[in-house]
This record gives sequence, structure tokens and C-alpha cells, in this order.
Amino acid sequence: MLSTIQPPRYLSRFPLRGRTKSRSFHILSSAQPVTKTCFAADQSQILSIRDSLLNRHLSAVELTHSYLDRLKQTEPHINCFLHVSDPDKVLKQAQDIDDKIKRNEEVGPLAGVLVAIKDNICTADMPSTGGSYILEGYRPPFDATAVKRLKDLGAIVVGKTNLDEFGMGSTTEASAFKVTANPWDLSRVPGGSSGGSAASVSARQCVVSLGSDTGGSVRQPASFCGVVGLKPTYGRVSRFGLMAYASSLDVIGCFGSSVADTGILLHAISGHDSLDATSSKREVPDFTSQFTYASSLKSRPLEGLRVGLIRETVDAGVDSGVKSAIEGAAAHLEQLGCVLKEVSLPSFSLGLPAYYILASSESSSNLSRYDGVRYGNQASSDELNGLYEESRAKGFGSEVKMRILMGTYALSAGYYDAYYKRAQQVRTIIRKSFKAALDENDILISPAAPSAAYKIGEKKNDPLAMYAGDIMTVNVNLAGLPALVLPCGFVEGGAVGLPVGLQIIGAAFDEEKLVKVGHIFEQTLEGYNFVPPLITDVGGASA
Amino acid sequence: MASTLFRTIQIHPFFLYPTALFSRRNGVLYCTMKSSQTQTATQEKQQPPKVKVPQHALKKTVDKITRDYEAIIGIETHVQLSTLTKAFCSCPYNYGSQPNTNICPICMGLPGALPVLNSKVIEFAVKLGLALNCKLSLNSKFDRKQYFYPDLPKGYQISQFDIPIATGGYVDLDLPLEFGGGHRKFGITRVHMEEDAGKLLHSGNGDYSQVDLNRAGVPLLEIVSEPDMRTGIEAAEYAAELQRVVRYLGISNGNMQEGSLRCDVNVSIRPVGQSEFGTKVEIKNLNSFSSINRAIDFEISRQALLHSQGQSDQIVQETRLWEEGAQKTVTMRKKEGLSDYRYFPEPDLPEVILTQEYVDSISNSLPELPEAKRRRYEKMGLSMQDVLFLANDMNVAEYFDETLSSGADIKLAANWIMGDIAAYMKNEKLSINDIKLTPQELAELIASIKSGTISGKIGKEILSELLAKGGTVKGLIEEKDLIQIADPVEIGKMIDKVISENPKQLEQYRSGKTKLQGFFAGQVMKLSKGKANPGLLNKILLEKLNGQS
Repeated sequence: MLSTIQPPRYLSRFPLRGRTKSRSFHILSSAQPVTKTCFAADQSQILSIRDSLLNRHLSAVELTHSYLDRLKQTEPHINCFLHVSDPDKVLKQAQDIDDKIKRNEEVGPLAGVLVAIKDNICTADMPSTGGSYILEGYRPPFDATAVKRLKDLGAIVVGKTNLDEFGMGSTTEASAFKVTANPWDLSRVPGGSSGGSAASVSARQCVVSLGSDTGGSVRQPASFCGVVGLKPTYGRVSRFGLMAYASSLDVIGCFGSSVADTGILLHAISGHDSLDATSSKREVPDFTSQFTYASSLKSRPLEGLRVGLIRETVDAGVDSGVKSAIEGAAAHLEQLGCVLKEVSLPSFSLGLPAYYILASSESSSNLSRYDGVRYGNQASSDELNGLYEESRAKGFGSEVKMRILMGTYALSAGYYDAYYKRAQQVRTIIRKSFKAALDENDILISPAAPSAAYKIGEKKNDPLAMYAGDIMTVNVNLAGLPALVLPCGFVEGGAVGLPVGLQIIGAAFDEEKLVKVGHIFEQTLEGYNFVPPLITDVGGASA
Repeated sequence: MASTLFRTIQIHPFFLYPTALFSRRNGVLYCTMKSSQTQTATQEKQQPPKVKVPQHALKKTVDKITRDYEAIIGIETHVQLSTLTKAFCSCPYNYGSQPNTNICPICMGLPGALPVLNSKVIEFAVKLGLALNCKLSLNSKFDRKQYFYPDLPKGYQISQFDIPIATGGYVDLDLPLEFGGGHRKFGITRVHMEEDAGKLLHSGNGDYSQVDLNRAGVPLLEIVSEPDMRTGIEAAEYAAELQRVVRYLGISNGNMQEGSLRCDVNVSIRPVGQSEFGTKVEIKNLNSFSSINRAIDFEISRQALLHSQGQSDQIVQETRLWEEGAQKTVTMRKKEGLSDYRYFPEPDLPEVILTQEYVDSISNSLPELPEAKRRRYEKMGLSMQDVLFLANDMNVAEYFDETLSSGADIKLAANWIMGDIAAYMKNEKLSINDIKLTPQELAELIASIKSGTISGKIGKEILSELLAKGGTVKGLIEEKDLIQIADPVEIGKMIDKVISENPKQLEQYRSGKTKLQGFFAGQVMKLSKGKANPGLLNKILLEKLNGQS
């Protein structure tokens, strides 16, 4: 079991920027600082919920009420959800858990845990639109495997979160339905494409959430929203039920307010699935056993761990505040006993163009099924081609159309070798260079994004600038590796500063190490509070 | 692509799925659609009444013209595999089911659904690859072939593009004697795995179409031949041989009417002696071997006529439909260059990796194939006519082989099967699996006649009972007291009786009318109820008729 670790005093050399700046915040702001017992970002909410329920300190209904209340209050300002589950149904599930506990029946390890699901992940009897107008009102007849596993373990789905249409975007502005705001500063984007999932965890509207990561869509919003995001190894989690964007890159990932929560969540959804031929048959180690007791933590708990800081990620083009936060994080790791060195990945800059060619190519194919014939919005037309053209012209947003066009072009006869094939070759080079770097280092670190959250609308008309923001993350997808992003500092911006995420990249299927290192990092990082000011006045009701 | 068959038919997509209802029972998605008035659009239904074409005088000149040209024919064949479930999901497929009853989120291409390969598809592909003498690719992969059509739920077909599972084989066959006979060997370019598309059902008045996805995702093997065939009959026999092979292998029912075996034929002609190929034309809608034969011969004459009239520029690369009613091919759609299917590797499916051990184990389990069977029968001394009859149908061949292994004489067994048994099957419209006579009893019957236990005549008589009701030869012989009388004394007594009862005929015989021997023999046989040994009977009868008594 996890317990709170009191960090050694000597580590508290970082400025208390996060907390000290929380003065006033419009609409929901409160002068009351969040107390560590309510929403300690480094504590496992899942474990404390389980503890509270089993010790009868708190009922699932009470707990659910507190989250639903907060959701109701914060949602009009941040717009995380495309669909919120019927509160009565949610409370009914909570009541069932309470009844079971009362009868001393066994409840699942995620009993009473409210989870939000990115809307491109299918949920039975609940809308799943992928953020696209073409699937407006579409209700899948099945649960995605990841969702099914969560439900089987007792988790309660609280709603479906906003995203860039079909996961294509880095700001959640490309949703067909609404724009989600960053809980740290409502004028800023939460990142994307899993912006709704990241912001909902950041705003404590749910305990944990599922997102998807094709080129950084879990990690970049985690960084922007100051939460923990975990992108597993390709094949670790079944993609069945995840609306495909780029099948060879897509993974379902996890958000939590602590490393422990994301680790527990990932553990719950990991493992082979007979419905996904690309899901791995490897055993899933118990990530949850990595959470070290405070008492057993040595003064240098990561002694000898070889950490490679990817040089190309702290070069020019990276925000200086982000750079210094990452350098601070690197210094922290050194203090924990890590052996830090810089690693160069010369192929790093090739990742971005290769990624956009491959992802667009696959998406042009994966989105062919949205033709208006079998489901979703259908345009009326008296001729077959007209039906296709109208349904797709009206159903898709401009970003999606652009990527379909780019992908169609890249796969066309005469261009295939120059684009798709070449990008695959680059992908092989990138995979090899990561393999080599990870043979020499236990983990690699980098920023999760070149900047903190930017203003809504800032990059909307400059797709290249937006794409460039994915430079830190796309290589990891191309290599199929796992990566953990956790908040490590702040930069100036907003009312209280904006969080910055550290990306820790591990070898394939070595999520265990990421969770272990991330947890220790988080437990020992003194002086930061990654709870956004937005929720401080409605916080405190739970846990 | 078979799924493009109906592409020219006007569709009013506004009405697609006019009453589509989705419901979920036991986790399976059903799509109910208005299906009361639906029918598969067959080409005949849309044709004006038969047009009489053949003009005898013209035919002669066409035949003469045709002789100056050589036809080059290649065939693409789609074989629907008889796996229990579809290629990438666990839906069953039953031909003729109610529309949209064998579907699930995967074969409907719902968002988030993923394909998982049915391993039987690989097993069947390897079987066919080996049977067609192909080289197997130990590492192959699936690709996506992309195009839009309402019967293609994902907007792409999972197929194999640049690395098919089997390449470079051949098929041996023997042409039927009525078409001149002769052995042929035709090259096989490749065999690859892919999935079938659904079907469009067109409303009676052509106002709207509906989609039936039962067939979507059913596994297919596409077999591409080398352009080795020269005549309609060669092409038809190639297709027939493929049907035999898939039936022998048990990987498909090979039924052309149900679309389990579909052939698209490419035909071009060139003047005899010319080495470069002419413009090829694709022919679709070939629902039987004889339509393959006739469609190709029609197409060859059509092209030859155009050529000879200096209008060879009118032979264009196009897809033509065979109209069974009018007995001619008509333009379906002209091809403007090659369509770009934007193939790329299917990222949802891992590579297909075969081990040599796996291939060997399948190779060792293959049954005797038609060609080997024909060569073995030929070596047994059977005529080619007999060989083809017996080996054509796997079940007949199996029956024959079993009869032989029960000890029957080769020639006699062949004669019984091809004669009386085949006639009975034809009359009763039965297949050899339906008849009650077992191969063991047929062998017994043959042996009983050969040993003289029963006469050939009795044998034929009890055969019909055995065919219809079954039972054993021994049982019937005993039950009906049919054992042949081979005792000369007993036969002599019967002869004496007949002679004494027909003094007039005896007198006539003795005065030279020796033909009457037959009369006496018949009477004796009648008296013996057909059981007298005919040889013995005649011998004694002759002695007695000619003797002085």
C-alpha cells in the first residue's frame, strides 16, 4: 500500500510558485488554499477511496456526490465533457457498491472510482462521438475493452470527455462541439487531443480518466493541465473500442492526479485482448507494487539509475521556462541518486515529418468508414457519390479533412515511395536510435511539450506551429515506447503560473520502471502544489 | 473485385437503410431492415427479352476469321472459404440467411472495432497454395485496398497486395474427350487471402438499394492465373479443375450458383505469330463453367471481327458483362487508366509468419488431389473417359476407391459405377453419398457375380434394391433364394421338363430352325427363376437338343 512520504528537507530547494501565486481567480476563485488532505496531488486518490470505503469512513454515494457537485460547478467554465452520465445512474452504481460493502461482499479494486472516458473510446449505451459531427448522437453497442475492464473492477463512468475531432489536434479546439478550457487559466487551451480527460482530472471532476495518445495526446495535455499522464507501450492496452486515428501509433493512456493512480489505472486496463490482434501477450507486472513506503525510502532511492536527458529536446525552440523546469527536474533526479547524462538522438527532428505522414496516411484509411451509410450523420442526396461527398464534407471538421487529404496524397500511386515508405524507413531509424539510447540508459527524460499551455485561438490558424508543439512526443509513438509525464514545475503565466510536465521514456513494456521512478520523483518533489486554483472553493468535500 | 459487380446500377442512397433498426441482443448487434420485397439483382432480370443473334452464314465467316487470331486468356478466381466463422470476426456465414442476421460490430465496420484473423484462413490458404504447386511466402502480410462502396463497411478491403501467401504455381488438367481431350498445364501467378464484401439488394422498381452485410468479411482466396489459356473450353476446364481442387481439399463448396466460386476472365486477341498482347477485356457475371466457355468464345469472335474489319481501336480496356439471356457480352464500364487503391500495410493485423514445420504438417495431411488421382486411375488401365468420370467428383472417386479397397475388380467396379449406379443417381437426382449401397456391398456384389454365386442378371436386379434400400448382398441372396443353380443334374432336369413340354418347337429345332435354342434357354431360365447358370444351361441344353433322346 502506498503511504505519504515526507521528503527529506534538503530537497526543498524549489520555489513554491504553484501555491504562493493562488490569489484570486475569477468566478470560482477562492482565497482558501487547498489543504494537502483534500487533494494532495501526490497521493493516490484510488487507494485512499478504497481505504475510506472499506473502513466505512465514507460511503461511495457521499464520495460520488462530492465529485458530481464539483463537476456541476466547474463544468460550465471548463467544458471538459461532451456527455455527462445521468447522475441518478451514477449514484445508483455508487449505492450498489455501498450495499455490497454493507453486506461484506467483495468489491472490485476500483469500486467507487469515478472515471471519465475520452469520447473516442466506445462506451455502450452512452454517446461516443469522437468529437466529430459525423458521429453526433452515435451510441456504440459495445464497451471498449479498456472501459469494460474498468467497469468490471468497479469503476463508475462519469462521462465522455472532449477532444480534438478523432484525436487530431493538440488543443481540443478541433472538437466539433465545444472548446475546453485549461483549469489553470480559462483563457488557455488544456492541450490535446485528450484535453477534456486531462482537464477533468486536473479540476477533480473525476478521480482518473482515460485518454488516447497517437502523437502525444495524453502527455501534452497532462503537461498543460498539471496532471500525470501515462502513455503505455504500443500493444500493452487493447485498442478494441478506440476509434482508430493512426492504428500503428494509437494507444489508450491514463490520467491521474498522482503517479500511483495512473499506474493503478494502467494496470487495470493492461493485458492481452483476443479482440485486438496487436495487443501483447506479455505478462503484466503489478505496477502497483512499485509504490515505496515512506519508511523504506532511502535517502538516495534511485541510486545508480542511468538517466539520459535527450539533448535535442532542450535545444533552441524550447521555452526557457520549460527548459529550466526540466533542468530542475534533472537536478532533482540527480539528488535522488540518478546518474544523469545528455544523450543525443540525431534522428529526433525527423520524427515530426515522419509522424505526420504516417498518421495522416493511416487516418485517411481509418476514417473511410465514416461514409454516412451505416451510422452517424447522413447527408441527403439522390446519388451515391453525392451521399458520400456531402456526408463527409459536412461531417468532418477542417483539421480532419486536411489530414485525410494529406494521407490520401501520401498513399497515392507515384507518391507512396517518396512519402509513406520513406516515413516508415525513418520510423525504423528512430526506433533503433531509441533502442540504442535505452540500452545505455534506464530511462530518458525530456520536456513533454516545448511550452506550457498557450492561449485559446493562438495557434488555431497556424497548424505548422501547432504540429511543431508535438516534437517532444511523436518520436515515442513512432518507437512504440511507454512514457510517463508528471508535473515537475511551473512557468510564468495565468494567475498562478502554468504547470510544466517532465516526460520520462522507458524501454518497451517497462512501464513498471516509469511508475516506480515517477512515484519517487513525485513523492520527493517538495514545494509544489499541482491543484489548480479553479476548484479550491468547491474542494475539500471528499477524501 | 467481385464487389464491384453492381456498380453501374443506379442507386438512390437516400433510401439506403430506410428502416434500419439496431438492437443489441446478447452482446450481438443485429440490424433489421425492410427485406420483404428485396431480391438479388440478377442481370437477366434487367435484360430485355432474348435477342436472337446467331446467323449461320455469319458464324462460318467468323470461325474463319477467328482462325487467324490467337486468344490470350487469364482468370481471376475468388473462392469463398467454408470456415465456420468469418475471416476477422466470429460471425458465422450461411448462404441465404435473412439479410443482416450474421453481422457484428467488426464486420459492420463500427468505430473502434478491430479485425482478428481466423487461423483457419491461413490453413486453407496454405492447403490451396500447396495443392496448386505454389511457392509459399513464409512471411506475408495483409494490406488495405481502399475504395468507397456501400457494401464495403470499412471503406477498405483487407487483402494482400505485394506479398501474397502463395506464388508461382500451376495446375494440371485433362480436357474432356468430347472437346478433343489432351493434357494441359496452366500457370498460377498468385494466391492471396482477402475478405468478401456485402451485397446490395435493389428494390424491384430500382428506386433504392439496401445493404446486406451477411457476406461482408467472409474469407476469400483469390487465385490469379497466368494468361495461359487460349480457348473458352480451356478456361472453363481450368475453373472446373479449381473447383475440384477446393472440393478435394475441403476448403470450399466451390458452388458457382451461390457465388462460392467466382471467375472474372480477361481476354485479348492477337494475330497468330504476333508476340505482343492485344488490349484485354474483362468479363464478369460468369455463373457456370459453360457460361465461361461461351462468353469467352463470343468475346474472341467479337474481337476478331473488329480486328478483321480494321476496327481494332474499338477493342478498349473495359469490363464487360456476360448476358446469359442474349448469349453475348456487353459493356459494363470502361476503365480510365488504373484505379488507385492506395494499398498500404494493414496496421491492425500482425504479419503472417509460417514455419516450415507448419507447412510440412499441412503438406503431409493433404488428400490425394484430382491430378494424382487421374494419373493413378490411368495407370490402373482405365480409359481416359473412365478416368475423368471417376475423378471429376471427389465423392465418386472416394466411392470407387473404397470399392476397390474392398477387393473389387477395377474395370468391373468402374463399369458398375459409371453404368447402372450413375443412371440410378441421374434418375433419382441423387448424389453418390445419398445412395444406400455401400462400396463394400458393391464389391461383394461384383465378387458374387464373378464367383458365379449369382448371375449377372440377378446382380442387376438386386442392385436397384440395394441402391434404394440398402442391406447386404448376402442377406438379399439368402432372403430371396437367389443363389445361382450350377448343378448340371438339376439344370438337366429343368431342360428335360421344358423340352418335353414343347415337342413342337423341338421338332422345328431339329428340322433346322436352330434359332429356337434361345427360346428353350429362355424357358429354362424362367423355370429356374433366373437362377440357372447361363453358361451351364446353354451347354447342357445344346447337348440335349442335339442329342438323341
